[in-house]
Amino acid sequence: MSVHSRAIVRAAKLGKTLQGPEGDLRILGDLDLEVLPGDAVSIRGMSGSGKSTLLGLLAGLDQATEGEVYLFEQPLTPLDEDARAALRAGQVGFVFQSFHLLGGMTAIENVMLPLELGGARDARERAAALLDRVGLASRRFHYPTQLSGGEQQRVAIARAFATGPRVLFADEPTGNLDLATGQRIADILHGLREETGTALVLVTHDQQLADRCERRLLLANGRLEPLA
Amino acid sequence: MSPLRLAWRWILRDWRGGELGLLVAALALAAAAVATVDFFADRVQRALTGSAADLLAADAAIEWSEAPRAEWEEAARAAGLRTARTLSFPSVVLHGDATQLVQIKAIGNGYPLRGRLRSAPDPAALAAAEVGTVAAGETWGEARLFAQLAVTPGAVIEVGELRLPITRVVTEEPDRGGDLLQFAPRLLMHLDDVPRTGLVGPASRVSHRLLLAGDAAALARYAAALKPQLPKGAEWLDVNRARPELNAALERGTRFLALAAATVVILAGAAVMLAARRFVDRQTDAAAVLRCLGLSSRGLLVLFVTRLLALAAAATVLGSLVGLGAQAVLGALVGRWFAAELPPPSLGPLLDAAVTTLLVLAATVLPPLFRLRRTPPARVLRHDIGPPPGSEWLAIGLAVATLGVFLTWRMDDLQLGIRALAGVVATIAVLAVAVRGLIRLLDPIRLHGHTAWRQGIAAVARHPTLALVQTVGFGLGIMALLLLSVVRTDLMAAWRDKLPPDAPNHFLINIQPTEHQALEALLAERGVRTGGVLPMIRGRLVAIGDRSVDPNGYASARAQRLASREFNLSFATTMQPDNRIVAGRWWGPDSQAAAFSVETGIAETLGIALGDRLAFQVSGQRVEGTVQSLREVQWDSFNANFFVIGTPALLGTQPATYITSFHLPPDRLGLLAELARRFPSVTVIDVGGVLNQVRAMIERAALALEYVFAFTLVAGVIVLLAAVQASREVRAREIAVLRTLGASRRYLYAGLAVEFGIVGLIAGTVAATGALATGWLVSEAVFSLPWSLNPWLLPAGALLGALGVGTAGLLAARRLVDVPPVVVLRAA
Repeated sequence: MSVHSRAIVRAAKLGKTLQGPEGDLRILGDLDLEVLPGDAVSIRGMSGSGKSTLLGLLAGLDQATEGEVYLFEQPLTPLDEDARAALRAGQVGFVFQSFHLLGGMTAIENVMLPLELGGARDARERAAALLDRVGLASRRFHYPTQLSGGEQQRVAIARAFATGPRVLFADEPTGNLDLATGQRIADILHGLREETGTALVLVTHDQQLADRCERRLLLANGRLEPLA
Repeated sequence: MSPLRLAWRWILRDWRGGELGLLVAALALAAAAVATVDFFADRVQRALTGSAADLLAADAAIEWSEAPRAEWEEAARAAGLRTARTLSFPSVVLHGDATQLVQIKAIGNGYPLRGRLRSAPDPAALAAAEVGTVAAGETWGEARLFAQLAVTPGAVIEVGELRLPITRVVTEEPDRGGDLLQFAPRLLMHLDDVPRTGLVGPASRVSHRLLLAGDAAALARYAAALKPQLPKGAEWLDVNRARPELNAALERGTRFLALAAATVVILAGAAVMLAARRFVDRQTDAAAVLRCLGLSSRGLLVLFVTRLLALAAAATVLGSLVGLGAQAVLGALVGRWFAAELPPPSLGPLLDAAVTTLLVLAATVLPPLFRLRRTPPARVLRHDIGPPPGSEWLAIGLAVATLGVFLTWRMDDLQLGIRALAGVVATIAVLAVAVRGLIRLLDPIRLHGHTAWRQGIAAVARHPTLALVQTVGFGLGIMALLLLSVVRTDLMAAWRDKLPPDAPNHFLINIQPTEHQALEALLAERGVRTGGVLPMIRGRLVAIGDRSVDPNGYASARAQRLASREFNLSFATTMQPDNRIVAGRWWGPDSQAAAFSVETGIAETLGIALGDRLAFQVSGQRVEGTVQSLREVQWDSFNANFFVIGTPALLGTQPATYITSFHLPPDRLGLLAELARRFPSVTVIDVGGVLNQVRAMIERAALALEYVFAFTLVAGVIVLLAAVQASREVRAREIAVLRTLGASRRYLYAGLAVEFGIVGLIAGTVAATGALATGWLVSEAVFSLPWSLNPWLLPAGALLGALGVGTAGLLAARRLVDVPPVVVLRAA
């Protein structure tokens, strides 16, 4: 990967102030970050340090109060919610702590969803292959409630990689899982990332998971600092 | 993939998921209620109006109490129109000792000009019916007439002075449509036979018709030329004018049924609102994920609207099928009133069912749906972020506005729609206030008693809005049923009790002047006490004071009808005992004054005051007199009574027939056959039979209404289920926590039984109170019947509510108790 590649995610002087019951609360401020194609960046921090808020801003799920986020070199501030959604479609994947599978759909239907939204004709085949890749070939037609936490997260990872996104945002992907299962999830996540060359922005307080990324950052006092 | 295609794929998943069952059930119920009433009303309407052929057996007709003038017929023929004549009148026919009041229609050559007359050779072979017409020297009867007289085809019956065979069974009569609601069966005979029956005298109550058919333009020219020349009393009939009063009655009946169905729709709407909100709320996470995956807010809206439209379509189909089945029952309940078979259902009401589900959905789902599309995608990271809260007032405003549109559409009248809306909103408001008050009353007792008891009461108080919705829903249903069953039965009993046992049960009309003394003598000889044999003169009111009477000058339909019809006038020297003078004075026995005495009700309706000079047209002569008194008449004495009575000096010389009434015990009915033989032109009307038929009709009508209102109870159950489901997560968590704390299943069931039992008790009590108040209002104000409190109403209502709602609630919440607590707590 070339260092001259343009950043696919870039934050410049990023800040977020929330209105709380006791006045304004500045969670993030003057924050800079560049994520290049294929990068694996982990962001650690204590509970309440603003990790999830930062992830939301970088992915365009939320709006900054200061500075700017560029996603695929496109500044997000001028875009409305729909335009940001269109920018994300097919290019951005997500993995969440609480999985966020759609309850009324089977495992394969959950994986097919982003493919269907993107208009893919071979959604079913691709989804089946991905479920196979995460070791859930036999669980295709199970509903989320019929799956364990680890299995649900594997479905979520398959769904996140389904469209071959350029960047994947992961929010505490092992947070709801036991150690061994978490390990397994981390293996699958990094394995898929390396196979597809997808950039990863990972937010966690799990040091082991964070350490598997090439770039490790710490969020403290609203800013990012590199970790050794 | 477009959101639309995605939606279609999702619909299958919705179906499989089974989460939307309640939503579909509630929508389908609304559709079913509307479809039931509309399928039925549509069939009756088509039976009633139909085409010109079905209604008049012609394109137009002239109806008159006298034979149509020869020149009218000549002019019609000259204009290229075809003509035929008919003559209808009530009479009694005999077979041995059996007598039966029939509606005779004598038909001339050429009848029918439109439509067809069909008859069968035998009542047992109606399928073998064929087209044909009755010839001179025979009669045809309706199937029930054969049964009533216990005769078979070919039997000879007595029609007045003539003996004629009754040869065939009438199965289809084109102009029967205008006379759908008929007590007396039809007897068809040929016009040429009528004079020899001796049944039609100069002042007989008969109705002649000259039927006309032909080219529309020629008919229009003929109508334009003839109408201004028609004498008073002669009426031009075409499709629009054929049966205005029957149309009006049907319209009122249909509106009543429509209102009953609207009640169901309103309750179902409440259930839909609860279920739809839950559905939309539960879609918030899915919406956030979809937004994350790049779906636009428009796409999100398309996705959900399409899914809901599919739901509406499924509900419409389901509801229409239920409605189709239910209307058949309604048709069977009241269909026997109609002389003709009701036509089969048409497809029109399907559209009404579809519009209903769409309106219900629009009113309830749009506000939460518009909120849903604004779901921030950041919700996937922080679950506490939701869509911005919507305005409750906006939601209520939309629901009320849609309800207004719906009611206006259903009542087919803006003013009625607005009034119905006000009525519905006021009823719900009163119920809501009463329910809220009763829930408040629970406060002092919720701290005492067994823990399950406290738990149950606390549950009612904790979800007051849900309790309110459930209670109002059930309250409306129970109230409707109590009103239609208990209160109606009480009212009917009060009405029956008011009639003395020896109230006249037979009327004799059409007594000719030459017969009246002989008849009076015969009755006296047989020991029958009459209310007097009274003269009856037909006259049209033409002027009150200086102003001439114009039916269109009156606002009320009743006044218009009275002003356009001929009155039955009488003359007398003494006033009848059931009359009472309220203004002015009765004339002396030898009075030579030209004076009238007018009944107060009609005086008020037509604007007649004491001292007014009235002019009547009687047999082409103008008869004028002054209103010397106003009388109150006790109509339900069942004696013959008259709106307007004149002095003998004023009316005594006018052509009259006579009328009398008497009580005949069931064991002396043989006298009727004797009367019919000796006085063939006299018509006997069995008031007891008519009363029984009226009573049966009222009971059937009430049964039909009860039947439609039974849907409200189903709606109440669905509201309850929706309310239980709306609070499902909270309830499940509470139950799980209680289970972990050691609560037994019995304890949990006891708590639920208390909660739903109390909701039902409140609903039943409020409903019974409402039914009591309505019953009192109706009996005192509308029917002037003595009102007595039915001591069973309140306990019956309360018990019905507590048991019904308690059982339904326990069944609905049963599954929550049966879920292992660990499942609930893990999911939370």
